Amino acid sequence: MQVTVTVNGVTESHDVETRTLLVHYLREVRGLTGTNIGCDTTSCGACTVLLDGESVKSCTVLAAQADGEEITTIEGMAAPDGTLHPIQEAFREHHGLQCGFCTPGMVMAIASFLKEHPSPNEAEVREGLEGNLCRCTGYHNIVQAVLAVSREGQLVS
Amino acid sequence: MSATVTEDTGTGGVVGTRMRRREDPALLSGEARYVHDIVVPGALHMALVRSPYAHARVTSVDVSGALGMPGVVAAFSGTDLAQEWGSPMPCAWPVTADMQAPPHLPVALNEVCYAGDAAAVVLATSQAEAQDAAGAVAVTYDELPAAVDLEDAAGDRVLAHSDLTSNRAYTWELTPDPAAVERAFDGAAVTVKERYVQQRLIPAAMEPRGVCVVPQPFGGEYVVYSATQIPHILRTMLGITAGVPEERIRVVAPSVGGGFGSKLNVYAEELLCLALARRLRKPVRWSEERSEAALATIHGRGQIQEIELAADADGHLQAVRVRLLADMGAYMQLVTPGVPLLGAFLYHGAYDVPAYSFTCTGVFTNKTPTDAYRGAGRPEATYAIERAMDALARKVGVDPAEVRRRNLIGADKFPYTSAAGLVFDSGEYERALDAVLELVDYQGLRADQASRRAQGATRLLGIGLSSYVEMCGLAPSRVLASLNYVAGGWEAATVRMLPTGTVQVVTGATPHGQGHVTSWSMIVADKLGVTPEDVEVLHSDTAVSPLGMDTYGSRSLAVGGTAIALAADRLVDKARLLAAHRLEVAPEDLELSGGQFSVRGTPSTGMTIGALAFEAFTAHDLPEGMEPNLEASATFDPTNFTFPFGTHVAVVEVDTETGKVDLVGYSAVDDCGNQINPLIVDGQVHGGIVQGVAQALFEEAVYDDHGNLLTTTFTDYLVPAASEVPSFSLGRTVTPSPSNPMGVKGIGEAGTIASTPAVVNAVVDALSHLGVEDMAMPVTPERVWRSIGAAAPGTGGGR
Repeated sequence: MQVTVTVNGVTESHDVETRTLLVHYLREVRGLTGTNIGCDTTSCGACTVLLDGESVKSCTVLAAQADGEEITTIEGMAAPDGTLHPIQEAFREHHGLQCGFCTPGMVMAIASFLKEHPSPNEAEVREGLEGNLCRCTGYHNIVQAVLAVSREGQLVS
Repeated sequence: MSATVTEDTGTGGVVGTRMRRREDPALLSGEARYVHDIVVPGALHMALVRSPYAHARVTSVDVSGALGMPGVVAAFSGTDLAQEWGSPMPCAWPVTADMQAPPHLPVALNEVCYAGDAAAVVLATSQAEAQDAAGAVAVTYDELPAAVDLEDAAGDRVLAHSDLTSNRAYTWELTPDPAAVERAFDGAAVTVKERYVQQRLIPAAMEPRGVCVVPQPFGGEYVVYSATQIPHILRTMLGITAGVPEERIRVVAPSVGGGFGSKLNVYAEELLCLALARRLRKPVRWSEERSEAALATIHGRGQIQEIELAADADGHLQAVRVRLLADMGAYMQLVTPGVPLLGAFLYHGAYDVPAYSFTCTGVFTNKTPTDAYRGAGRPEATYAIERAMDALARKVGVDPAEVRRRNLIGADKFPYTSAAGLVFDSGEYERALDAVLELVDYQGLRADQASRRAQGATRLLGIGLSSYVEMCGLAPSRVLASLNYVAGGWEAATVRMLPTGTVQVVTGATPHGQGHVTSWSMIVADKLGVTPEDVEVLHSDTAVSPLGMDTYGSRSLAVGGTAIALAADRLVDKARLLAAHRLEVAPEDLELSGGQFSVRGTPSTGMTIGALAFEAFTAHDLPEGMEPNLEASATFDPTNFTFPFGTHVAVVEVDTETGKVDLVGYSAVDDCGNQINPLIVDGQVHGGIVQGVAQALFEEAVYDDHGNLLTTTFTDYLVPAASEVPSFSLGRTVTPSPSNPMGVKGIGEAGTIASTPAVVNAVVDALSHLGVEDMAMPVTPERVWRSIGAAAPGTGGGR
């Protein structure tokens, strides 16, 4: 079947197998390998992307379901001149990543979370991130990064 | 609880500062490439047909069904591939001369020995086609009884391999003075005897494994991309096992998404991709799925521990005696049998103990092989002694902090020769204990605990301590030899300056999240007087870094970082000679500061190291006998391990009506010697703590009676999320190590080593007034609730 999807502002049409998952479409058809696959049960959140601004686990969405929709992946977060998005910058500032494999999904989930909860407290951040697993950081610095971004109100952009 | 972090411990340069990581922009932007991200045109995708039985005879394998499927290029049984192997899969640590190690082939020939053992392999033009076709391979299994339970397996009721006469792989003993141990127990006023189960754990690095082998058939060479911690060891082992000349193999570990020991191995899939790329003369790749990883990637822990303490009436330890059963799983992987030995010297913990006995029996079972998992042997040892110390405190009737204080090795005793035969390098153990007790307001917590108990509260407070010392910086080659390890423990480095004055560092250490690029460039920047951004770190590719022993056992800084520092010192020595030649002064009259060699007393006369690099490159005017270019190499093999230490305190709330445990606070004071980058140290401690908490409260690889693994996904193997752990309060003391010139120790595993017993001690502490003295891991609400009911009927819990 043919799908037309706008990814990070670029619209393309492609023929895909009907069983193609959005994550495979993004990685293999669109060549955007920043979105990682960490499990096969929608548990880890490594593949989180934004579908019309809301976070979804792209391993649980068919490419067909994204037909006509707008997707944002980690590759679409930094500015064209290479300036990191405030969430990315906060991750760096607060050492919120180690191996980096969960990081793209974390960043996308946080972007969606902060849109809905612009001024969360620590408990709300932790609840908000429970769909995204990290094995390296113990979450401490990820939480610090999220709280710092929300404090600075940098997400209005 | 908010974080208190250590201040920068700057030395005037960048070392000791909380420099932000140089790795991050590529990882944060999606630019980083993991194995799965590497595009190789024409690659065939491999899928394995894995045994659904824990133990079975393979009576036939018919691949014809798969060969007719769309996209399928080839399919092979174990017999079809038998000629591919120069030797069985490697075990580098035969701990005793008579150790049993059943031959382990990447695809089994006629007997599968765990659920997940491969019986056939399929190659197709896409991963989906390969997986579809794997289901069409017809394997006939004749199921055999399975050895599942560890103690049952040790009794040989059922044999894990039909050609073994016993499941016992080896027995390894360390009892330097048996008579002293006997005397101590005979004369002890107080003894403690405890039995603990170290449940099996699934390492669960967020990136599953992946391999891609690209052959160059006409040149006879192979590029192996693998999500591995050990490209150098892997190259050697692939060469031996697949019968490929080692120099024809180039191993590249691109971005690697965590390892924790699980990628410190030589796996069947790596060998298969290589052998099949050779056979078909095409690239072959494999991407592990999460549920496959649960079966096919090594597990950690898996021990039954019996620990006995002998003490005087005041709780001063006189002897420690330990007997272990260690679950090897079905086969010996790379260092499977040696994992318990890494803890064998540490069951007396951070305490001054005059007599010591340790015995371990390794046992085969029909389960996924075990091997090194974050801490490898040392978390198990620390768990046993720290749980037992709390039992001793209860028996003697003193506070857990006090029983530790009475036994910690005194600061005046270093270097301390332990009864187990190690020399602990340096330490101020009591200072770390005092620091963390102050950090958590220990007396305040005890008062809160007492008041909740007095009020009959249903949310009880528990405070758990864990004082630890660990041995890391895995290293001294001679010591490793004495333990029958077949490789060395050195690390190699090269530092070179390029003509424009920038620097390349080549290291054999292989990062997979540790921030090596940042730390190594900080070390070299200070040595040469350049900025960290001027330093490029080359690693994880055997074509670029041909010599190395890779990353595990918290060795990278203490061994690999030291090699880099030594190489940088040699480069500076050469630059000094060149500067002396060009400035026409004696080398000893030059001082290096801020990247400039200047004549002492005449600071205006000098040359920058960058200018010297260019002079060394043009080689127009070098001193007699000096070779062109500024480049130096060093290989460091320390004479001793390093011994980080500290004390952690966990605070839990236990709901007596539901059994639920909430970890509400966690504080740690660690001492890893001098720190290169405290920001990175903090991160290692945070992550380490949660990995240990995970064992205490959440994670277990559960098998049924038939040897089926029941926890193959993240919905039933409970890796903790952010909502299940608190923020941490960290402190640090600094006791430099004399084992290396930078005085560093290592921090990659300390958090995991310390935190598991702290948390379980806290749970037992919360309930001790009810008579609860033990708690099995993981501490589930059901276990807590039943324990309360059993110890104190009518107090809330049930049976």
